[in-house]
Amino acid sequence: MAEEVKLLKTWSSPFGLRAFWILKLKGVQFDFIDEDLSNKSPLLLQSNPVYKKVPVLIHNGKPISESLVILEYVDETWKQNPLLPEDPYERARARFWAKFGDDKVLASIWNAFIKQGKEQEEAIGLAIETLKFLEEELKGKRFFGGEKIGLPDLALGWLANLIGVFEEVIGVKLIEKERFPLLSAWMQEFAEAPVIKESWPPHEKLVTKFRAMREPYVAAAAQPK
Amino acid sequence: MAQVQLFGLWGSPFSCRVEIALKLKGVEYEYIEEDLSNKSPLLLQYNPIHKKVPVLVHKRKPIAESLVILEYIDETWNERNPILPHDPYERATARFWAKFIDEKCIFALWKACWSEEKEREEAAREACEHLQTLEDVLKDKRFFGGDMIGLVDIVANFMGFWLGIIEEATGVKLLTEEKYPKLYKWSEEFVNCSAIKENLPPRDKLLAYMRARYGVSITY
Repeated sequence: MAEEVKLLKTWSSPFGLRAFWILKLKGVQFDFIDEDLSNKSPLLLQSNPVYKKVPVLIHNGKPISESLVILEYVDETWKQNPLLPEDPYERARARFWAKFGDDKVLASIWNAFIKQGKEQEEAIGLAIETLKFLEEELKGKRFFGGEKIGLPDLALGWLANLIGVFEEVIGVKLIEKERFPLLSAWMQEFAEAPVIKESWPPHEKLVTKFRAMREPYVAAAAQPK
Repeated sequence: MAQVQLFGLWGSPFSCRVEIALKLKGVEYEYIEEDLSNKSPLLLQYNPIHKKVPVLVHKRKPIAESLVILEYIDETWNERNPILPHDPYERATARFWAKFIDEKCIFALWKACWSEEKEREEAAREACEHLQTLEDVLKDKRFFGGDMIGLVDIVANFMGFWLGIIEEATGVKLLTEEKYPKLYKWSEEFVNCSAIKENLPPRDKLLAYMRARYGVSITY
């Protein structure tokens, strides 16, 4: 049967990148479309009417949204190079860490990125506390998935390049090698892994984009109170 | 020590989800009621990151986060009453809606019930939008899972039971039969389901708790 696999993403979205990674890692043939979120395509709006967001995977005409849901779908549909382990307890741990990444790490880093002054100091403190859990989890492991890349690595993978971008824009180091030796090593190893390393969006373009995204928050903070 | 332990909270819908799943699968377990103002050392040891309930402990190994626990239960006790369907696309669909309920619906509904007068209209508008979405998802099925309850039904337990009680306590009306006939009917089927009804907290106790909470919130 002719398989049709299409991925709707954007050039910069870390969530879209996750879906891109897993398809590449599994050797799935697919097309992708980089959406312009200021002018969403009818296909996107029709495929993800609830959130109207990327990524969306469309497999033989059937759409799947939400990046973590997409990751599990791809893992279950194309069984080569499995992302999740066999054992239910290890699977639960993998899901827990993927969720932790999205629910806690992302939010804490984003806050450190957009806040100003005293609020930023506090946000950075919180982000560091959150990152310490990741450092702890990496003890004795090469990747969050163990010996090879697994679900939590793809879920947290955005750290490997976006942290550098954020740090450059705000002028503050969030993941220092001395404080986070394991996390730093993981970021490097992940960033240079086959498939992953060929897929990073251009660094300068990301810096420009995120600097622009931060502007309204800087302006708002500068308003006299 | 029991092979399966659940650290939970009597009035928590998240804790209740896990009890429903264990009941569905016929799993024997020891239940430990936590006092969140005085968390037990065991809870803090088993869930050091979030320090929350529910936590399932199986053969001394802890699992936290209700959605993660539900999938674990389904995969571990897989001989009967599947919580997730077999087909990958249907599984993805179920996971999508479970996530939607957890990340959007519950918060919107909660906010709509407890909001100050001036914010209530906006909060209610959003909540109603989500209820309509669920109404459309349900279509003519008896449950979100089809003929039997599944992941989405379990995760929607807040709408099935808690919402009605909060509506009664606060006087806010959201899930009405006129506006959402299918979802309303679902909520009645839901609470009458055998795996569900024995695991719901006592209605009077929950209503009293919500009333007391509302009494405090309108005083200020």
